[in-house]
Amino acid sequence: MYNERVVKEFQNPQNVGELKDANAVGTVGNATCGDIMKIYMKIEDNVIKDVSFQTFGCAAAIATSSVATSMIKGKTVDEALKITNAQVVETLGGLPAQKLHCSVLAEEAIKAAINDYLKKYKEGKIAD
Amino acid sequence: MKRVYLDHSATTPLDPEVLEKMLPYFTEKFGNANSMHSFGQEGAYAVDEARRKIAELIGAKPTEIYFTSGGTEADNWAIKGMAAKLRKKGNHIITSSIEHAAIIASCHQLEEFGFDVTFLPVDKTGKVNPADLVKAITDKTILVSVMLANNEIGTIQPVKELCDIAHKKGIYFHTDAVQAVGSIPVSVKDLGVDLMSFSAHKFYGPKGVGVLYIKGGTKPDKFMTGGHQERTMRGGTTNVPGVVGMAAALEKAVKHLDENYNYVKSLRDRFVKRVKEEIPYVIYNGHETDRLPQNANFAFDFIEGESILMSLDLAGIACSSGSACSSGSLEPSHVLLATGLPVEKAHGSIRFSFGRDNTVEDVDYTVDKLKEIVNKLREMSPLFCEFKGETKNV
Repeated sequence: MYNERVVKEFQNPQNVGELKDANAVGTVGNATCGDIMKIYMKIEDNVIKDVSFQTFGCAAAIATSSVATSMIKGKTVDEALKITNAQVVETLGGLPAQKLHCSVLAEEAIKAAINDYLKKYKEGKIAD
Repeated sequence: MKRVYLDHSATTPLDPEVLEKMLPYFTEKFGNANSMHSFGQEGAYAVDEARRKIAELIGAKPTEIYFTSGGTEADNWAIKGMAAKLRKKGNHIITSSIEHAAIIASCHQLEEFGFDVTFLPVDKTGKVNPADLVKAITDKTILVSVMLANNEIGTIQPVKELCDIAHKKGIYFHTDAVQAVGSIPVSVKDLGVDLMSFSAHKFYGPKGVGVLYIKGGTKPDKFMTGGHQERTMRGGTTNVPGVVGMAAALEKAVKHLDENYNYVKSLRDRFVKRVKEEIPYVIYNGHETDRLPQNANFAFDFIEGESILMSLDLAGIACSSGSACSSGSLEPSHVLLATGLPVEKAHGSIRFSFGRDNTVEDVDYTVDKLKEIVNKLREMSPLFCEFKGETKNV
């Protein structure tokens, strides 16, 4: 049901774990629906210096988390905000129809983490 | 890579001895069992023999055995056939909340035609309480259908007792015995049921053939209409090789029932013991003792079923998940939810079903891999991270 790329990404996911010095965190989904994605970011000078994830979910959820975090590493916040779920799916070479929601979750998790950053920045909790 | 098949409740491999007995009926003895000529009569003779054998093995009469395309058709026929026949007597059907989809979907379809269906609750081990059946019966009740053993958690129901309750009120009783026949002793005489479904491929027979046992005097409407096969009750050219294979497989299963039961149970017990001892935060779903010997079902906390299943598959181990993703739907198993398991734990549940070809090495290999996989997925899980954080703070 999954292509080789998805399987490979699931078996050897990149950017796994808690990022200790993260200054932004975004969590989307819930356990009842069977998917939770939590993305940690270390943002400096508007650039995502480091990123990691923790995911509770199916193979597709883990694979999309891996790919999506890799896609935004080193990007500016504005560039990261432009990443769409369709681009995540494209990078994975496609997902089964019933798994497309995982890619939506990845896009939402990125946005949630960046929003967390922008909110903290506005509140003066993060210095320039 | 080592390959381990632990999905015998999904299907079993065809026994080579059974295949040998089926083969002539594909080629030289190909006749249509309904044909008058000698070609047809070879098939007819084989079907009669199979019917006689199967009847004897489940404590029935040959005239009470009706061949179908499998368990799903038998279930559909039992429910819809009885509903159609008895619709003037009443429009209420009682079943359990943990039935196979073939029963549940048939009942839902009948609801669209004006039938009322009561889905009896189960306790946390998956058992129906006979007192709930007593309470659910109304003067409109025409049929009760409760499965003999559950396909996901293996819980064995008190079918004899439930059947007696129905019969005292003059209500017909059907049981879906698809998972039970060939695994545990099953006799329609002892159970007292009026209808019973079972399927060949669950006991090392071929796919595409099953039986609906219909007790003499019980007369469901026809489900599959067509020719005069099965004493005019089920149209369609008889699957002669399938029927021959089903009889041969059941004969072998019943003959070796005790030894297979004990062997498969010993593997399952070893597996369950090791998982409980070596993997923390697991829940053993189902009943401790009133349970099919082949079945083990675990909920692994903090992780999701499909990712476990997929990781096991990549290690060569085949099992199944009652969770969301395996079925393509996002709903977790209705069986586990009915037992009161929280949704997130139902999402993380896996069924392991053992068979007579499995070995102790298979069990040990699976537990070893499972430990690694569960650890790896938990390390990725935000729920496990939070849990560890909480316990650290305590």
